[in-house]
Amino acid sequence: MTDRRQDDMSTVDSATPDASRRAFLKGGAAAAAVVTLAPGVTLYATGADAAVTGPATSAKRWGMLIDANADAGVWDVAVAACQKEQGWGGGENPATDPQWIRKVTVKNPKTGATANMPVMCQHCDEPPCVDVCPTGASMKRADGIVLVDKHICIGCRFCMMACPYAARSFVHEPVQGQKPHMPRGKGTVEACTMCVHRVDRGQQPACVEALAASGSTAMMFGDLNDPNSDISRAVSKYVTQRIRADLNVGPGIHYRGI
Amino acid sequence: MRSASRILSLAVLAFAIVSLGFGGGSASPAHAGEVPLPNPAKAFKGTQCVEPTDVMRRNHMSFLKHQRDETLREGIRGQKYSLNECIDCHAVTSPDVAGGKVRTLKPFCKECHDYAAVSIDCFSCHTGAAVPGIGKTSELPADHAEKALTAALEKHLDAGARAQ
Ligand code: SF4
Ligand code: SF4
Repeated sequence: MTDRRQDDMSTVDSATPDASRRAFLKGGAAAAAVVTLAPGVTLYATGADAAVTGPATSAKRWGMLIDANADAGVWDVAVAACQKEQGWGGGENPATDPQWIRKVTVKNPKTGATANMPVMCQHCDEPPCVDVCPTGASMKRADGIVLVDKHICIGCRFCMMACPYAARSFVHEPVQGQKPHMPRGKGTVEACTMCVHRVDRGQQPACVEALAASGSTAMMFGDLNDPNSDISRAVSKYVTQRIRADLNVGPGIHYRGI
Repeated sequence: MRSASRILSLAVLAFAIVSLGFGGGSASPAHAGEVPLPNPAKAFKGTQCVEPTDVMRRNHMSFLKHQRDETLREGIRGQKYSLNECIDCHAVTSPDVAGGKVRTLKPFCKECHDYAAVSIDCFSCHTGAAVPGIGKTSELPADHAEKALTAALEKHLDAGARAQ
């Protein structure tokens, strides 16, 4: 297998003594460069390595802080943003259609007080879904994001039974028109990815961004390992809770006001 | 006129290859009735692939599989072998897919996979459809329609010549 770190640019350096060509290639922000080094010898530099990012490391621990005191209407904005970004929803079987994030209303039976909050995959530190998966499809990235590797998921749904948060869905129907960043298909299990494709580009998850765009600060995303991040400061400042903290699975999603 | 004469010469050439190469001029070529050889369309952009063609033919599956694991499981992005880049260059229109209205990778892959009886199914999950911004450049060259037509005609003639 080709080494992923193979440096196209160093190959170029050793292949041509021509300084100007080298400079052109090195400085080339262009996606692709084609250089004829000698008659019949053409060099194709994809420049791909220049844009390589990652790998994800445990130096970061992505998480969210959700303020359940916010106006209940904002959670519909979050759900709609997720559907639009990831391409789920709009099915004809509400009982079984995939649901990556949902608005949940809880009520204290004694006092009658209610709270609304979004619930999605909690990106557990010690995810039961990963423990039970027979194929290794359920997996946790080094930065705490829990994903399903659909390439090897066999659709057994053990993970759905193990998840304390009912966060995962099985895809029962054929899927069409998937997003290029989010392949989805019948026979596999799926859940919130914390918008890993966006996070890896340095962006916020779609739900968080949509709320911010609507003027709400009810969802916050960031690195829980960085003591200076907004989310770490907020988590150390306010009393926060995690759903079913008694289970000790270490959810990465923190809540206020529940 | 130029394209008409081109078609004619292609037809003559294809017939000559079939009759000389296989049938020795007889009325029933030895290869009649066999599965047609795959004939995938040329890359639209007309540029060089990330590896030489013979390397890609033999190893594309390993490249893609290796990189998909690194992308999904390790979070390494932006490497050389990307399915989205395949789509960017090789997606074609086909009457079998959405009435020929979208460019997708499916017909391109199908050419050889059908021939080799490979039934890997990337496209029940990946759309394969070319959308703006999917690759580094989603622009098609100006002569793309002309090239696609020529490729389709060549394929048609090829199939016809083989059936004789
Ligand atoms: S919330 Fe459920 S699906 Fe998500 S990591 Fe925890 S156990 Fe797994
Ligand atoms: S459904 Fe897929 S991800 Fe879940 S436990 Fe089974 S193989 Fe693993």
